[in-house]
Amino acid sequence: MADPLGLSGLRARLAAISTLDLPALEAEEIGVLGRKQGELNARLKLLSSLPVEQRREAGAALNTLKQEFEAAFEARRTELAGTTRASRAQATDPTMPGRADWVGTRHPVSEVTAEIVEIFRGLGFSVALGPEVEDEELNFLALNFPEDHPAMDMHDTLYLDPEGSTPGAGGKLLLRTHTSPVQIRVMRSGPPPYRVVIPGTVYRNDPFDPSHAPAFTQIEGLAVDRGITFVDLKATLTHFAERFLGPDTRVRFRPSFFPFTEPSAEMDVGCLLCGGGGCGACKGTGWMEILGCGMVHEQVLRNVDLDPEEWTGWAFGMGPQRIAMLRYGLPDIRLLYGGDMRFLTQFGALTP
Amino acid sequence: MNISRRWIEGFLRQPIDPVDAAARLGMLGAPVDAIEAVGAELAPFVVGLVTEVRPHPSADKLQVTTVDDGSGESFQVVCGAPNVAAGTKYPFARLGTTMPGGMVIERRKLRGEVSEGMLCSARELGLGDDHDGILALDTDAAPGTGMLEVLGLGDHMLVVDVTPNRPDLFGHKGVARELAIAYGIPFRLPDVANLADVDLPTPTRYADEAVVGGVRLAITDRAGCGRFLAATIRGVSVGPSPEWLVERLKAVGMRAINNVVDVTNYLMLELNQPMHAYDAATIAGPAVIVRAARPGEPLTTLDGVSRTLSEGTLVIADAERVIGIAGVMGGAATEVTDTTRDIFLECAWFEPLRVRAARRSVNLSTDASQRFERGTDRWGAVDAFRRAIRMLIGVAGGTLDGNAVDCFPAPSHAPRIFLRPSRIAQVLGIELKWTEIERCLVAIGATVVSKPEDGRIAVDVPGWRPDITSEIDLVEEVARIHGYDNIPTELRPFRPAARRDDAAWTMMEQLRTGAASLGLSEVMTLPMVTTTSDTAPRILNPLSADHGRLREAILPALVRQVETNCHAMTRDVRLFEIGTVFTRAGAGERPTETTNLAFAVTGARHPAHWSRGGEVADWDGWDARWLFERLLALAHPGAVVQVGGGHWLALGTEGGTVGWCGALEADTPPWAGAVFGGEISADPSTRAAVRFEPLPHHPAVTRDLALLLGVDRHATEILALLAQRGARFALEHSTVVDEYRGQGLPDGKRSVAYRLTFRALDRTLTDTEVDQATARLVQMLERELDVTLRTS
Repeated sequence: MADPLGLSGLRARLAAISTLDLPALEAEEIGVLGRKQGELNARLKLLSSLPVEQRREAGAALNTLKQEFEAAFEARRTELAGTTRASRAQATDPTMPGRADWVGTRHPVSEVTAEIVEIFRGLGFSVALGPEVEDEELNFLALNFPEDHPAMDMHDTLYLDPEGSTPGAGGKLLLRTHTSPVQIRVMRSGPPPYRVVIPGTVYRNDPFDPSHAPAFTQIEGLAVDRGITFVDLKATLTHFAERFLGPDTRVRFRPSFFPFTEPSAEMDVGCLLCGGGGCGACKGTGWMEILGCGMVHEQVLRNVDLDPEEWTGWAFGMGPQRIAMLRYGLPDIRLLYGGDMRFLTQFGALTP
Repeated sequence: MNISRRWIEGFLRQPIDPVDAAARLGMLGAPVDAIEAVGAELAPFVVGLVTEVRPHPSADKLQVTTVDDGSGESFQVVCGAPNVAAGTKYPFARLGTTMPGGMVIERRKLRGEVSEGMLCSARELGLGDDHDGILALDTDAAPGTGMLEVLGLGDHMLVVDVTPNRPDLFGHKGVARELAIAYGIPFRLPDVANLADVDLPTPTRYADEAVVGGVRLAITDRAGCGRFLAATIRGVSVGPSPEWLVERLKAVGMRAINNVVDVTNYLMLELNQPMHAYDAATIAGPAVIVRAARPGEPLTTLDGVSRTLSEGTLVIADAERVIGIAGVMGGAATEVTDTTRDIFLECAWFEPLRVRAARRSVNLSTDASQRFERGTDRWGAVDAFRRAIRMLIGVAGGTLDGNAVDCFPAPSHAPRIFLRPSRIAQVLGIELKWTEIERCLVAIGATVVSKPEDGRIAVDVPGWRPDITSEIDLVEEVARIHGYDNIPTELRPFRPAARRDDAAWTMMEQLRTGAASLGLSEVMTLPMVTTTSDTAPRILNPLSADHGRLREAILPALVRQVETNCHAMTRDVRLFEIGTVFTRAGAGERPTETTNLAFAVTGARHPAHWSRGGEVADWDGWDARWLFERLLALAHPGAVVQVGGGHWLALGTEGGTVGWCGALEADTPPWAGAVFGGEISADPSTRAAVRFEPLPHHPAVTRDLALLLGVDRHATEILALLAQRGARFALEHSTVVDEYRGQGLPDGKRSVAYRLTFRALDRTLTDTEVDQATARLVQMLERELDVTLRTS
């Protein structure tokens, strides 16, 4: 085929475009397609010098070539742009650590306490609190601890220095040995029904050892209304255990004794460590004692001017420190009273 | 209470598995804390039958035997005992057995002959001092039978955790009754080898005075002593108890003393009835009187301690002096010894509160006081007493001098209680059949004296259950015996109580979450502290001087925890605590209790990051101030931060100081950073409801001003005045953006740059308006606060 414009010489340059880098590509684009120095424009000018019968064919060929060049430049530019993005990404390493800030933590005991409170709030209980310094009337007598009875020995009590004063009507001032005085306060504050959950610090004259502390957290619950029975106690606390520890939690109730409840019970759950097979933590029984409970004692109801023939109720109490120890496998309660950052930051981080 | 498995088996007449028994006791309300194997050191030894004896080829004193240990194999055992004989059984220690002394039996050669085990003497098994030869066993037991079984020595001790309401469980009989219920079998007193078959009429009943065997008995403190049974036994021979009695006591951890004392201890452990034997020859009068102590009376108790008794203590006295603290411990002067020939035996019921008072006043808790304090069975005492006399004469000989007496000043019966099945249903939530109720009551030893009538039944309570005094106590017993497991677990409808959560709880939870979200970690320190502050309430009976007072502030404890972290080489510490603090109100008055929030930080303000080359600045006061302000906003809304005394102070809405923040002194090593912290008294009451403010529709315009301030002029004073007066100039907000001190400023001046943000709610402000407003505000500041616009 005739090639009056010498277009075949440009074919090699067209093929070479796919090998050019970005500066060479830009220079070549000007060199080929440029309005002033471009090779194709120079050929276009030659077109008018051709015989008329050749012009039509040569012009079409020139136009086709131009389109081919434009497509090749475009393709190469796109290709190069992709390569550039990739190489730019290689300049930063996305596996480097992100910029951190300190992550605060809640104490395992306050975490456990809040979880328990939330479950009972969902069961229609509301939170009640009370003072940590109480008198003998509220801490013991109103709760049916007989005066000077061996039951008192269950609670080794810390008393406040009376500084020479004689005790008032409520007897000596003491650091409450349980949160139960708040039950009395709630029941004296208005008419039933009552459905309260009571978290708080309590005190005992127990020196520190791996499982005892002179001050610890307790959480109690109280439900009083007409028609409340031991069935409600068992059902509600079983439901609690399933919510708190999981739906497959095994639960059992054993008779026990507390001055302020009758009948009284301890609730055991299947050992959190061995799951029931028996291990050192559960003394081989497969069960762990988790809370004490019972029907509110008749005398306690009378002490707050409620007729036990009309009103009945149930109550429970448990120790979040003990539960935290079981849950997290803590060997010594004293860890919970320290401030070692290496310990604290293991629990309850607010970020996942 | 320590319980012997074999003793219980004596009651039940059948073997029990200690682990199973413990589980069943637990389900009846008497949890077993521990099970200890008694005689475990004998467990590896078995019966070995010597089938052949031949002389040792190279040793005159040794013999070579063949032993059948029941395993099917025969072992060659070299033996040095002269009494070894073919066809006889001996205790045999197989290879690998650990002897009581710790030696392990191994295969070895004795003078050339292999020995594969050892035939043992009584002493080698720890059974006595007899070392005359190996212990020939007179038994039908097959070779290989365990020695514990053959000797009848194996036992288990169950440590039962007895609740204060169950004194009956301090005797084996009480525990046996519970297990009889658990297994559904009958029980009765165990047979005792040495029970004397003496003619023993019912003790003669008297009121508060009697004579028994020439000894005058008088109860002058009738409130303290409800019953006193006594006997005089003459011609006893005091000596060691028979082996079975020694073993019984040993199995529950009690040391044998002599046959007389051992019998009283045995009955205390069996029937929960403490008794006391006096050497009758040492009683002056002879008279035994139960009375209240006179002030300062002396007594040397059995433990050899000389004591001075306080007035009113319930005592046993003779004609001249106190000879025992009633229900607690006897006196040394009247103690039964090896030379005692005549005994005065006491079996009494003492008032629990009097025994408790006496025990406390002499600070002496004994097996007896523990039982009397909880209440013994005053009606069942006669049976215990008669068994004691029979056993005593059985093991120590002697004869009763006259009939035994029973001083019962105010005779009574165990109480009768009426129980309504309807009450059971009301409390337990289940309807129980009359037959089931009766079964439960009979099981605990109560007598049901009538069929239901008027919807109730009469129940005679057993004397050993002083805890059962009212109907609800019987309801509990019915629930316990029926089984808590047999009460359904079904959630029934309930009424929720319309009561708001205590505001303090809501606030504390918000504070915990808020403080933790600021990067702080929560701690819970002890509220009992040591402090020199006199306004901190003092504890009367503290654990130690370190815990002598209640805290007035939490922060000192946090600083101690920062120091502890430094000891652990932890430099970056961020702590907070929320808890109660106490302020003394006055002698005998309740202290004021407040909920406080404290925080302390030290070390790096952020974790290091590679983008900054790992360099991080430490916390400084400005960080601390920010934490303080954030926590203040949560704990005490409305409080404002001011400067005072080198700290930042928070002033509450009432005007008082409600918190402070600043640099803290801490005993930290040189590499530690500065410590900052603060404490806020939280106030749950002042939480204003949030009201929505409309979002602005028009743009804001800002102007920056550099002002020259006198060095004693606070930057915030400018901000305060701008906030106060800016509204009519459409000034929305102003803030400090820069501070400069140094060259180029007039003496005593610093330059502080402020950014003022103007915005009108109804239109877009023009530059001219804002320029004019700025000029007016600058004039005002220059006039009122002595500041000037910095021009260069």
